[in-house]
This record gives sequence, structure tokens and C-alpha cells, in this order.
Amino acid sequence: MTFADPLDPLALDDLLSEEELAIRDAVRRLVEDLVLPDVGDWFERGLFPQEIRAAVADLGLLGMHLDGYGCLGANATSYGLACMELEAGDSGLRSFVSVQGSLSMFPIHRYGSDEQRAEWLPRMAAGEVVGCFGLTEPDSGSDPARMRTSARRDGTDWILDGTKMWITNGGIAQLAVVWAGTDDGIRGFLVPTDTPGFSTRDVHRKLSLRASVTSELVMDGVRLPAGAVLPGVTGMKAPLSCLTEARYGIVWGAMGAARACLASALEYAGTRVQWGRPIAGFQLTQAKLAEMTVQLQEGLLLAHHLGSSKDAGRLRPEQVSVGKLNNVRAALEIARTCRSILGASGITLEYPVIRHMNNLESVFTYEGTHEMHTLIVGQAVTGLRAFE
Amino acid sequence: MPEPLDPMDLLELDALLSVEERSLRDRARAFVGEQIRPHVESWFADGRFPLELAPALGELGMLGMHLDGYGCPGGSTVDYGLACMEIEAGDSGLRSFMSVQGSLVMFPIHAFGSEEQRTEWLPRLAAGEAIGCFALTEPGAGSDPAGMTTAARRDGGDWILDGHKRWSTNGTVSDLAVVWARTEEGIRGFLVPSGTPGVRFRPIDDAWSLRAAARSELLLDSVRLPGSAVLPGAMGLGGPLSCLTEARFGIAFGAMGAARDCYATALRHAVSREQFGRPIASFQLTQAKLASMAIELAKGTLLALRLGRMKDAGIAGPQQVSLGKLANARAALEIARDARAILGGDGITAMHPVMRHMLNLESVLTYEGTQEIHTLIVGEALTGMRAFT
Repeated sequence: MTFADPLDPLALDDLLSEEELAIRDAVRRLVEDLVLPDVGDWFERGLFPQEIRAAVADLGLLGMHLDGYGCLGANATSYGLACMELEAGDSGLRSFVSVQGSLSMFPIHRYGSDEQRAEWLPRMAAGEVVGCFGLTEPDSGSDPARMRTSARRDGTDWILDGTKMWITNGGIAQLAVVWAGTDDGIRGFLVPTDTPGFSTRDVHRKLSLRASVTSELVMDGVRLPAGAVLPGVTGMKAPLSCLTEARYGIVWGAMGAARACLASALEYAGTRVQWGRPIAGFQLTQAKLAEMTVQLQEGLLLAHHLGSSKDAGRLRPEQVSVGKLNNVRAALEIARTCRSILGASGITLEYPVIRHMNNLESVFTYEGTHEMHTLIVGQAVTGLRAFE
Repeated sequence: MPEPLDPMDLLELDALLSVEERSLRDRARAFVGEQIRPHVESWFADGRFPLELAPALGELGMLGMHLDGYGCPGGSTVDYGLACMEIEAGDSGLRSFMSVQGSLVMFPIHAFGSEEQRTEWLPRLAAGEAIGCFALTEPGAGSDPAGMTTAARRDGGDWILDGHKRWSTNGTVSDLAVVWARTEEGIRGFLVPSGTPGVRFRPIDDAWSLRAAARSELLLDSVRLPGSAVLPGAMGLGGPLSCLTEARFGIAFGAMGAARDCYATALRHAVSREQFGRPIASFQLTQAKLASMAIELAKGTLLALRLGRMKDAGIAGPQQVSLGKLANARAALEIARDARAILGGDGITAMHPVMRHMLNLESVLTYEGTQEIHTLIVGEALTGMRAFT
């Protein structure tokens, strides 16, 4: 007896509303039509397909779970589904959407003034303005409170100095949301990237997220008007709340990459003949396929549950950490196992698997490393902090 | 600051249960707290199945609980799963008793039995007044039950059974055995009252797992049964395999009960046990174990619950159940082993339930379809290719 759909043995589609299915299918089509034919090429050449921006914006995928200001106002499950389908294309593309929606638009929406929202959000939702998020620094990754980037008052203006690192979209952004230490604690600033003193340097020679722009932001005496600061919040809480949003998308997204790998391996194993029969008929291969199916389905169940909790307004950051921790690890393990099923073909870009596998190394590390989420969950279960 | 999350329900999965389901779960949990926990370590140490609990379990509606009529509670499959989880938080051996009674004995009588067979046995089995066992596995036929040698031949209107069954939980305390034997027409099921001449049960005493269950062998030596002893509705391996699907479903839930008890114990210990001047729960290596246990527990529970909802909607097949048994028996065993390690030296003693659960779960990993067999069932479901032989 076989599963009616080997990629959905638990009939999880039954859990989705018609509207959610429609969004999912539309994003899946976009990926099939506009991403899959060329993504191997983008990856090899190390370029982000700027032309995809308009298509993604047309579907309403930029800031899609925000309300008003030209945003779609979709529910959390729909946002998750979109992340999953985009990442089934490429983690770099999903990263673009995560950074735009969850890390750039979300803080403006949540903590910005009316003027800031009206100025930026509609153009960002339309894909006309690309945003980036400047939190991590060369010497402060998991421990962002130690950041060196600072903003000091000069009259009513602010002067920013510092360096940010590993900034997705940095080199193609028109707006950077930069977090900097002030006399009042950490605050967020909206920095147009053409402001004098602001410059970016793209990170080259990376073997992961190659279809995505990763940059260093350098701020040397960047003068900003008082209206550039996000008025609604002070302290680490604000950037962390953005990360919770983005991590939620990763919980789903990673399962998209994993699903694409498993689909590829299933197809390959079913047609690749050795010793006179398809390798899918051998026990060791079946054990790999069964194990990956368990991991994928459990990850999807987690994502669905967290999505429902978010839509019910009770999702907690620690629960998002559970999802990010589990699902990214599961996705990476699935990708590695698929790579081995594909044999030598598995190391080429003819199949999507090694691209996903390489991408997932970044996904494993960014938005809270595996270790940090372990300690967040550890604190949630024990009540004890073990970071320091 | 919001209220801290409940470390035993980190993802708030309770919200997925109805009020009725939660109350049934709480009743089962209270029963375990009152009737099982205080005594289970001594049952395990003595290698004794507490037969005296059977009527109480019957009264609670735990026997054949997802069957309708004939004195059965008629609950949902999710109800049945939740009960399995709670009872196994007490002991896998007691959940095994319940699985065998409900899914392996009452289910086939209900599904394949005649009206007379149902009326005769089901009410007493549901009440825990009669105990049943299920005899499929043989010394030489485990994962490959079609290789069984136990045979039934006709003698006039009677049947004569000969053979040797092994690993029949409940055997030595049973009043009735559901025995699967080959006949000229294929494999058929027989209701064999334990007192029938030629029926002999032998305990399997040298076991380090499921010691609070009655592990037995069954010897059948020219056992004469009337024509009415055969289950009329079952022909071929499909009959016993459908029983196993029922029981395996219960295991997907049950294993998470044992795992939960291990995790709870390890967590309590880790926050109170101090070394190097602070609780071991504050060390990163311990937190990694506890986080992993909490996550595996939540995932397994989500999986079991999804299978239950699918089964209640009539859309879960045996392959889906295999996926759940495969995933959850293994996850539970891994959680138990991590918990054992966190407990240090105390972890090997009966002061904590963990070593007992861990040993029990070795059986749970193997019985009702080994990990390997479920892997190949899921593998076939994914690929369309059989790789058993």
C-alpha cells in the first residue's frame, strides 16, 4: 500500500482553509515558473535575481502578514506557507522575503511613527524599496547586546558610527534598519542607504545563500534627522521581536527546502537502477526515505501548530525557538541524506539538493544559532539561564 | 513578563484537546497516580502482573474503549490514545495489557466475530472480568508471521489445533486466547478458552523488560475446538494485521506517556541536583538534553494526535500508523536514555521510574512490528516497492 501523496502522508492539506491553499498554490506556481528554471544558474553565478522582486510583490508576499499601508494582511499560517514555497525554490529567495517583511517592514509597522510607516511601507510592500536589517556585527553575533555601533545626539540630529556584518539584502537596499547603542539603550534607526557616510561591501566567496546578497554595512559619521529613530521602543526587545517574526517564517521555510530535497531524492531513487532494480527498492535507501519522511512530517506538524498559535495570538518566542531549532536541523539532515541518495549527481546543480544543503548551513546559523535556540528552550523548561 | 510556559506542555498542546478529552485524560492520570505509581516498582521487581487492576480498568472504561456496543465504552480513537498515554506513563506493561485486551482480543471479536462470540466474550472482557491474549508470533515466525507453523485442521465439525506461540502478553492470566493458525483455506483466527484440554501457558520469566506484564508462551497440543470457535469474518493475514494496526496506534500515543514520565523525572532532578555549586539544569550540556527531550515529546504528541484525528475521520491507513509507531517508539526510548543519563547513579535504581521505562521501551521498540518492519512499511508506502524479502 502506498501513500496517496508521499509528500503529504498525514493529509496536512486538510488543515488549511481554501484561502490558505490558494496562497500556497499561487506561490508554488511562482516558484515553478520564475525560480526553478534559473535558480541553479543564479546560485552558480552568485547573484540575486532583482527581477523577481516585482513578481513577489505582485503576489503580496512582502510584509504579507502586516495590515494596512499597502500590505496584504494575510494570517500567520499563510505567511508561513509562502515562506515554505519560496524556500522550496531557494533559501536565498525566502531570506529576501523574510528580511523585507519580518526584519525591515515589521519594525517600522510595529515601532515606527505614522510618518515613517506612510513613507516606507507602501513602497516596500510594492518591492520598490528594498530593506535590510543591521543588528549583527563582526564581533557581536549571538550576543548582540555587546554591539559597538553607536548613535549619539548632535543637536536634534543623530550621528551613527559602526560596522554591521552578515546583512542580507545590504548591497541592494535603499533602506537599512540599523540598531545602535545610545545613551538610553539600544534603539532602531531608519537609514536611507544614500545617506553620506553610509556604505556597503558585499561578502563574496561564500558557498551558501549564493542567490542572495550578503553585505557589510559601514557607517562613518552618518548624520540622521531626529525623525529617523523608531520612536516606539528602546532596548534589545525590539530587534529580538523582529527576529521572532523572521524565525517563525524559517520554521516553515526550512520545511520547504527539505520537501524539495526529499521530492528530488524520491524521484531519483525510484528511477536510478543498480543491480538490476531501482535503488528505492533497497532496505538502506528505504530507511533513509522513511526517516526523512518522519522528520519532514513532524516539522510540518510543528509549523502548522505554531501557525495556529500565532493566529490565535498566543505564540511565544520560546515556542518559535522550538520550531526554528527543530526544523532547521531536520531540514539540514534531510538535505544531507538526500545528497547521498543522489550519489555523484548529488554534488551537481543539476539537482536542487546540494544547493539547498549549502543554503541550510546559513539557515542553521542565522536568526539565532542552533546553540542559542537550545539555550532559549533550555531556559524555558528549566527556568535557568545558561547563556553566560 | 508573561507567565512562564509549562515545561511539560511547552507548545500548549492541551489546547488541541476538547474539554471531554481532557477530562478523560485527567481521570486516567488520576487512576495511574492512585493505583499504579505507588506499587509499580514492586510489581516490576517481583515480575508480577497486577491482575487485580483489571476490573478497575474496566470500570474506568479503558478496555475496548474505542469499540461500540456489547458493554464497550464507544469512545473515539483519540480517547483511546490518550488513555494509552496515561497508562503508559505508569508502566508500558500495563498499557500492553490494555492494548492486548482492547485492540488484539476485543477488536477482532468485534470486527470478525459472530454475534454469539461477541455476546459471549465482549461484555466480560470490557468489564475486566475475563482476560484475553493474542497469539500470532511463534518462535520461528516473528516479523514474517506468514511463516507460522501452528495449524488447525478439521475433524468433522470440530477443529484440532497444534502449535507453539510465543510472546503472548497476558497469556498466563488469560481466560481466552485469540489464536491465529494456518488452515487449508488460509490463516484463520480461533477463540480458545484457556481451560481447553491441550492448552498450556508458560511464563517467560527471564526478561528484563515489561516485568509488570504477563509475558507468556502458549503450547497447543491437539486442542479440540467446536466449529463455532473460528472467527467467521477473518481469512488470511489481513485479520491479525488489522488488529496490529489498532494496537500500534495505541503505542504511538502510549510511548509518549512513558517518555513524558522520564522527561518529568529528569527535569525535576536536574533543577534540584547541585554540582559545582549550582543546579545541573543550569549547565549547557544538560539544557541541550532537556530541550531535545521536550521537543521530541512535543513532536511525538503532535504526531500521535494527528493520527488519532485522521483515524477518527477514517483517513488513516496502516502505513500512517506505522509512521507513528516507528517515530514514537524510538523517540521515547531516546528520551528515556537521556533521562537515565541525567539522573546519574540514581538513574539505575528503582528510586526513579526511568530505568524501568527505558527497559520496557526496548520491548515496545520490538513488538507490534519492529523498527525495521515499520521502516519498510513506510518505505514501501513512499516508493511503491516492497523491500521485505
